Amino acid sequence: MPILQVEHICKSFDRTEVLKDINFSLEKGQVVSIIGSSGSGKTTLLRCLNFLERPDKGVIRVNGETLFDDRDPATLSESAIRKKRLHFGLVFQSFHLFPQYTAQKNVMLARELLAKEQPDYKARKKEIQEEIRTQAQELLRQMGLADRMNNYPHQLSGGQCQRVAIARALALQPDILCFDEPTSALDPELTGEVIKVMKELAEQKKTMVIVTHEMAFARDVSDQVIFMDDGCVVERGTPAEVFEYPKEERTRQFLMRYTNG
Amino acid sequence: MELFMEQFPIVIRSLNVGFLQTLKLFFVTLIGAFPLGLIIAFGSMSRFRPLSYFTRVIVWIFRGTPLMIQLLIIYYFPGLVLHHPIWGGGESGRFFAASVSFILNYACYFSEIYRGGIQGVPVGQEEAGLVLGMTKSQIFFKVTLLQMIKRIVPPMSNEIITLVKDTSLARIIALQEIIWAGQAFMKGSQGISGAIWPLFFTAIYYLVCNGILTLLLGALEKKLNYFR
Repeated sequence: MPILQVEHICKSFDRTEVLKDINFSLEKGQVVSIIGSSGSGKTTLLRCLNFLERPDKGVIRVNGETLFDDRDPATLSESAIRKKRLHFGLVFQSFHLFPQYTAQKNVMLARELLAKEQPDYKARKKEIQEEIRTQAQELLRQMGLADRMNNYPHQLSGGQCQRVAIARALALQPDILCFDEPTSALDPELTGEVIKVMKELAEQKKTMVIVTHEMAFARDVSDQVIFMDDGCVVERGTPAEVFEYPKEERTRQFLMRYTNG
Repeated sequence: MELFMEQFPIVIRSLNVGFLQTLKLFFVTLIGAFPLGLIIAFGSMSRFRPLSYFTRVIVWIFRGTPLMIQLLIIYYFPGLVLHHPIWGGGESGRFFAASVSFILNYACYFSEIYRGGIQGVPVGQEEAGLVLGMTKSQIFFKVTLLQMIKRIVPPMSNEIITLVKDTSLARIIALQEIIWAGQAFMKGSQGISGAIWPLFFTAIYYLVCNGILTLLLGALEKKLNYFR
């Protein structure tokens, strides 16, 4: 069974159709890259997966569980959405780290707040907090930030901030980790360190949905590439299929602009 | 000179009593207007239209008319027009009415500062919190609030310093604050009359008080400089 199934997702803002009948599915441990020009709906699709936008139509399933179905009112309630979000992690283009907390606290905060809802929190408080701290330090070490844990975001470079943001998303152990153009806000010389970390995650078989403009990276790391244009999935396949032998004219044109430019 | 030395302790004692009343009004206003301002700010940002229109009209009225007129209306209107005096007589009644006027007036000014502070925090902060499974109130208290406080300290400092001086407006309903105490020596009080220097001297009190506040608020601003 696929870990993620997206069926017939449609979304409009006012009268502009941003997503027109999006379908795809993803197996556990796979990486899917979504490519396409700005305004093609890639970011909106990610925001729908993370319940930052509500699709007008469609179904979203994770591990066979229906998280969203426009025809099933039980899946639409605001209170349930919070728990459903935890299936997904999202790394933003411009990081959105919490500026008043250190790197380590940024990674710990959400788990600390969730832990307070556990029934045995009061009894095991020290133990739980220790566990959360150890995990945060371990994640930051994995991101190559062992010596930056106690720095505040404004003391870190863009690449370091983005790696903290990745650690923060990983801390909640989401089933699927989404990236919204994670390197687009970075200086070119800093994209490498973020891409390296993401490749490591792919090798560890993390399930990921990546919106990106880094074509070489998408080709190297993905099991599946989706090319979107004007709110539609134009082409879908393995990196070889999409990059080497694109079937659609629109895909060819898009790729040409990237390889020539 | 001898006369001045004789009058000085009497005047100072009297001004101290007046200034105590000034400080009382100042702190009561802050304690009331800080939370009320936040409630009004949330009201004016509400997506429920009637509520946001209602609060915006209230803010318009309180910012659009002189505080002095508001003091007069709030103090005299119930008794003189409705024949239903609610404030009670004497200094405590006047203080109560003055507190209500000041709290309402300042809450409206604060609400606009809060609104600016809240709306100034990037939307991404809230979205980052949502994606991490936080509730709206967790996001407000753990993520947005401190960033908002950092943003509002400079404009709030302005308002707080203005409030120290605005308390003198309560003189219009004969609240016995420091200006009232200074003026009393012009008309005659405790054997001193026709003396204008006590009124001038009150300026020193305001100046010292605002000097201390400037230092404190500056220190707070500096303390919040650890993040950007």
